[in-house]
Amino acid sequence: MSALVGSSPNRVGGIGRVTGSQAYVADIRVADVLEAKLVTLDCAHARIISIDADAARRVPGCRLVMTAADLPQPVPRFGPQFRDRPVIAVDEVKYHGEPVAIVVADSNDAAEQAAALVRVEHEVLPAVVTVAAALDAEAPLVQDPAIRPDDPRSSSNVLREHRVGWGDVDASAADLVVEHTYTFPMVTQFAIEPHAFMAAPDGDGIRVWSSIQHPNWLQRILAEVLRLPLSKVRVIAPDPGGGFGGKQHAKLEPLVAFAALRLGRPVRLVLSLEQTFQAVRRAAAEVRVRTGFRRDGTIEFQDVAADYLIGAYADIADRVVGKGSYPACGPYNVPAARIVARSILSHTTPSTAFRGFGYPQVNWAVESNLDEGARALGIDRLEIRLRNLAHKGDAFIPFDTPADGEWDQSVRKAAELIGWDTPTPAGHGRGIAVGIKSGPTTGLSHSTVRLLADGSVVVFAGTSDMGQGARTVFAQIAAQELGAPLDWVTVVMGDTAVVPYDQQTSASRSTVLMGNSVLFACRSIQAQLRAMAARLHGLDESEVTVDRGMVRIPDRELSVIEVLKPGLGRLGGELIGNGEARKEAEPGHPLGGAPAFFEFNCTAIEAAVDEETGDVTIVRHVTVSDVGRSINPLQVRMQDEGAAIMGLGHTLMEHYIYDDAGRIRNLGAIDYRIPTSMDLPLEIVSETIENADGPGPYGAKGMSEGALLCTAPAVAAAVRDACGAVIRDLPLSPERVWRAIQERATNGGREAER
Amino acid sequence: MIQLVPIEVTVNGRARTIEVAAHHTLLDVLRDDLELTGTKECCLVGECGACTVRLDGQIVDSCLVLAVEADGGEVTTVEGLADASGALNPLQQAFLDYGAAQCGFCIPGQLMAADDLLRRTPNPTVAEIQEGLAGNLCRCAGYEQITEAVQAVAGGRDR
Repeated sequence: MSALVGSSPNRVGGIGRVTGSQAYVADIRVADVLEAKLVTLDCAHARIISIDADAARRVPGCRLVMTAADLPQPVPRFGPQFRDRPVIAVDEVKYHGEPVAIVVADSNDAAEQAAALVRVEHEVLPAVVTVAAALDAEAPLVQDPAIRPDDPRSSSNVLREHRVGWGDVDASAADLVVEHTYTFPMVTQFAIEPHAFMAAPDGDGIRVWSSIQHPNWLQRILAEVLRLPLSKVRVIAPDPGGGFGGKQHAKLEPLVAFAALRLGRPVRLVLSLEQTFQAVRRAAAEVRVRTGFRRDGTIEFQDVAADYLIGAYADIADRVVGKGSYPACGPYNVPAARIVARSILSHTTPSTAFRGFGYPQVNWAVESNLDEGARALGIDRLEIRLRNLAHKGDAFIPFDTPADGEWDQSVRKAAELIGWDTPTPAGHGRGIAVGIKSGPTTGLSHSTVRLLADGSVVVFAGTSDMGQGARTVFAQIAAQELGAPLDWVTVVMGDTAVVPYDQQTSASRSTVLMGNSVLFACRSIQAQLRAMAARLHGLDESEVTVDRGMVRIPDRELSVIEVLKPGLGRLGGELIGNGEARKEAEPGHPLGGAPAFFEFNCTAIEAAVDEETGDVTIVRHVTVSDVGRSINPLQVRMQDEGAAIMGLGHTLMEHYIYDDAGRIRNLGAIDYRIPTSMDLPLEIVSETIENADGPGPYGAKGMSEGALLCTAPAVAAAVRDACGAVIRDLPLSPERVWRAIQERATNGGREAER
Repeated sequence: MIQLVPIEVTVNGRARTIEVAAHHTLLDVLRDDLELTGTKECCLVGECGACTVRLDGQIVDSCLVLAVEADGGEVTTVEGLADASGALNPLQQAFLDYGAAQCGFCIPGQLMAADDLLRRTPNPTVAEIQEGLAGNLCRCAGYEQITEAVQAVAGGRDR
């Protein structure tokens, strides 16, 4: 199969994935390794009175029981946004599953046995696990006000408030104002690979293995916490077995590192799936939307108040709230907007990044409210979207990146593919929704490309390939630019001692930022080849061009190898190119920078509802994403469908269930359901719009989150269209749909209009 | 004191005699004692399918089988799918060709389940494939590509 950009060669790294030889963190065998287990409490919020580890230490093979008392004092705190998370619980646990102690032993059995024998005397304290409880004036404070002494909000559970707006919402003369409140539940990333960590003393430094998406960021956190120079902290980050945002930031790596340094031996901690649920989740949200319309369906204003329930420590959650709520008005030209989003602390699992990064919560509300307006005004739901949609170049969010795609093309294509203008079969309903997500607002990706003496290529790129296929995309770029067959390209990732700095793998950035970086590195090699060819053939460099792996001189075309071999001469060696792609911060911008691109998606759904059971069947699921240019069309389709199906998870079935004590009652795969092969749409259609108008290589934009942004509003709209059930709380579980159908009966009749 | 029990088990065609802890699962023994880490550990309650292996002609969640129960048995893991020369079997090749493997963590289990499905139902319908693989979660949700890969192998056998 062709390796060229725009084709879909087999995944680079695919053979390891189908033979079982791909080594994830838990598969790596290190001599002399000790096993660690965590000690946790069966409650969310408690004061630790004392910890008795005597019995645990007597277990044969137990090497260490470490608590906060055994760490440097005050216990180091860390976090990507605020330094609020202690290496291990100090004085208090603040969420169900927060570790109180780590036990290290010769074997998993001994560690487990010893962990069970650690006695933690504690006093259970009231826990806040809902927005209402957290905002109550009498609510216990989740965070010690001393952590943010200069913050006037430190005496409340509101960590931060983000206000964005333009125009004058209160002065708007709308013909119709529609106001509703929508809720989005806590859901979890549920990567099939549970998080795993290992640490080992490494000379005068430390080596840490982690299933992390951002190895360089973890390296920085570890260096700070351990007070080591960056050069003494080596992070090895094998391809994660799924990330979805949950593996972006440091969690238990500092703790495992301290244990390893204390023992002078490698220590491994592999979380159970239940512990992974307790480690990462998406923020829940309650979103009140007031939308003002003119009679013709034009949006006059959006007034959005979004309360995001984040967890006990901020992690990256407040950034999720600020960035996710910023484009709350969607891809529309809205003359006046007021968006107020709050990050509200609670005694729950720290919420973190999760595909869509805070936007699916507001889009669920805003797109659903747009449908309400269309219904009230008697305007077709597709038409109202097209009427308000921003066109390329429109400053639809003032001072932000202007609309960067022909977005109406995606909407029209989705409408066509769902057959919007054709009669809906009896018992079925249709829904359509759009969404945009801001791409990276800052970024820095270094890369190194080495063209070896035989024409083969090694690419060093610090992106994490967690399934999205970054390795393949970079190999395709290098193969195309340097004329090597794809299987002559090796891509090295995931080792901070070897691979140059990359800021992070998130926000669908890697094809654009690291892709450009690799492209620039290849171009640097092309420049060296040009000089080489000029020297060999007695030409001026301006007479030589290098394109797609061919070197053109005035009278003929040479392959790279025909120039490289004589050019390198008897010593051989290689050509080295370095690439750097930057997205600089913009200090005046509320997000610290305007996005490098937007991910635009339109999703159209045809659904059937079983009115007896409330069961929803997705008959046809259409997703159209504006991707600029597909470098690897199959991988684009896989990411798009994957996002769509993940979206069906939070739309139809997924949610954490907390009890009053703040314990998650549905930990693990039995009681928390994600889509299986039996939950798929009967038909899924994933299409792209490609105008090569992105900032990435060959016109690519980032993609992979878009199809998740609009799933919920599109499905809920289809359900309502099918049976009249009005639901503003996710997920649309059969029970909820059935109850809404019963309420519809009492409210009088089926709504048939679009 | 942990009780050790000697068992004899044939894994991927190779006879092994090992002492296992009585409470250890087949998954524990495959991964920790035999260092066959292709079989993955995720939910440990038989729901995700990541640890699927073939035991005496049937696929099992190896997290739910005690190693001592496999005594005298014959086990095939993902490492046993390719032939001795390392050539991929048709399912593995189809998973590659159709892009069925994304992050890859569920893939060993998916392959073992698909292999079992094709043994029982050589020409499955899409619905049969989806039902046959319903016990194998894929959070990347590469279900369409996995189904296409299985169909391709089934179609290939037909010809």
